[in-house]
Amino acid sequence: MVNREAVNCEQVWREISNYIEGDVDAVLRVAMDEHISTCQRCKSVLEGTRNVVQLYGDERMIEIPAGFGRRLERRLAQGARVRRSTWSTWSAWLVPVAALALIAGGVRWANSLTTPHPLQSEHAQPGRNIPPDMVVVVSAGAKDFHVPGCDVIHNKEKIRTLTAKEAIREGYVPCVRCMRKYLQTAGLSPLSPEPVAELGLSVEDEDRPRGR
Amino acid sequence: MNVVLSNPEQGITREQELIAQVQRGHTECFYDLVRPYERRVYAAALAILRNESDAEDAAQEAMLKALANIRQFRAEARFSTWLIQITVNEALMRRRRERTRMMEGIDDHRDEEGEYTPRDFADWREIPSEALERKEVRQKLAEALASLDRKYREVFVLRDMEQFNIQETAEALGISVASVKTRLLRARLMLRDLLAGGWEQGWFSRLPFEKGTKPW
Repeated sequence: MVNREAVNCEQVWREISNYIEGDVDAVLRVAMDEHISTCQRCKSVLEGTRNVVQLYGDERMIEIPAGFGRRLERRLAQGARVRRSTWSTWSAWLVPVAALALIAGGVRWANSLTTPHPLQSEHAQPGRNIPPDMVVVVSAGAKDFHVPGCDVIHNKEKIRTLTAKEAIREGYVPCVRCMRKYLQTAGLSPLSPEPVAELGLSVEDEDRPRGR
Repeated sequence: MNVVLSNPEQGITREQELIAQVQRGHTECFYDLVRPYERRVYAAALAILRNESDAEDAAQEAMLKALANIRQFRAEARFSTWLIQITVNEALMRRRRERTRMMEGIDDHRDEEGEYTPRDFADWREIPSEALERKEVRQKLAEALASLDRKYREVFVLRDMEQFNIQETAEALGISVASVKTRLLRARLMLRDLLAGGWEQGWFSRLPFEKGTKPW
C-alpha cells in the first residue's frame, strides 16, 4: 500500500494502467485522485492513456481485408465437406476397426498393469481441474505438455498442438512450471473453487474424430 | 438451412442456439456463429503475425480447428473468448515455427522490469469517436500499434481491443498476470506518447475539438 503523502508523479505513472482498470486499492485511488487534480502532467498522462484505451477499443479500429468473410465462409464450407466425406468413408470401417480396437485396448490395459507408460515420469503428478479443451503443446521426445509460450519447452523445433485431454490420453504429464496451478498439491488447496475432479480418460467424446 | 431459432424470451440466445446446432452436426451454421467475431479473430492473428496474408490464413485455420472441436466448447465459457484463444494459439504456433526458421525474437528476453517514463506531456483532451471515421486517423493508430514490440502489442490487443480480462490475457499468452499488467502499462503509455506527439504535429489538427492549454 502506498502512503498518501508519498504519491508522486512516478508512482502515478506506475499505477496509471491499474487505476484505469479500477485495480488499485481505495487508499491509493484517493491519493492518486488528489495528486492528479493538482498535477497537469499527470492529468495529461491519465487523459491521454484513457484516450488510447477508448480509441483502440472501438471496433472500427479493426479493419479486415476486402473479401475476408467470403473467403472464410468458403474455406469453412470446404472444411465441413472434407470432414463429412472423411467421416462417411471411415464410418464404413468403423465397426470392424472398433472391434479390433477393443481387443487391442484390452491387451494394452492388461500390459499397463505391470508396465509403466513409456513417457510417464515416476515423479509426475496427474494434474487436477485442467480444462479438457485447453490448447497445449508437446514436443518430440519430451514427456510434459505445456501452455503455449512456456519457457521450458524442450526441442521447440518439433512442437505439436493438441488439447489437454488429448495430451493426457497420449501419456503426457503437466509441466511443473507453467501448469503448476493444476498440479495435485495446488488442486487440494482449500481455495479450490469446486470439488477436485481429476482429469482422467473419460469416455465422453472418445468416439469423436480428433480435430486436425 | 432448416434451423429454427428459439425465442429469446426462452432465455436462449441466438448464439447458444447456433452452438447447439453446430454441435449436433449442422456445420453449415458455423459461419453464422463466427461471423460476428471475424474482425476480432483477424485482429488477434494480425497482432501476433504482423502480416495480413499470414493473419488471414491463420484465422481461417483457427476457425476450422474451432469447428472440428466445437463439441469441446462448454457453455460456461464465453464463445468469443474460446474462439480467439484458439486463434491466438494458432498464430503463436505459426510464429514460433517461423521464428525458429528465421532465428528471430531477440527482443523477447529484454528486461521489462525497468520503469517507463512518459516522454510527451501534450495536453491530449478527449478525442471524439468521430475521429475514427477518418481513414488517416485509423492509419496512424494502426502504425503506432504496429511499432510496438510484439510482447507489448499482443497484450494490448488482447486486453484493449479484444476485451479479454487480465486473467484471460495471461492464459492466452502463457504469461503471468503480473507480466500482463507490466506490459499493458508500457503499451498504453508508449501509445499515448506516440499519439500525443502526433497530435501536436498536426495529424489530429483537423479534428473538431479544441486543443487544451499547456501549463508549462
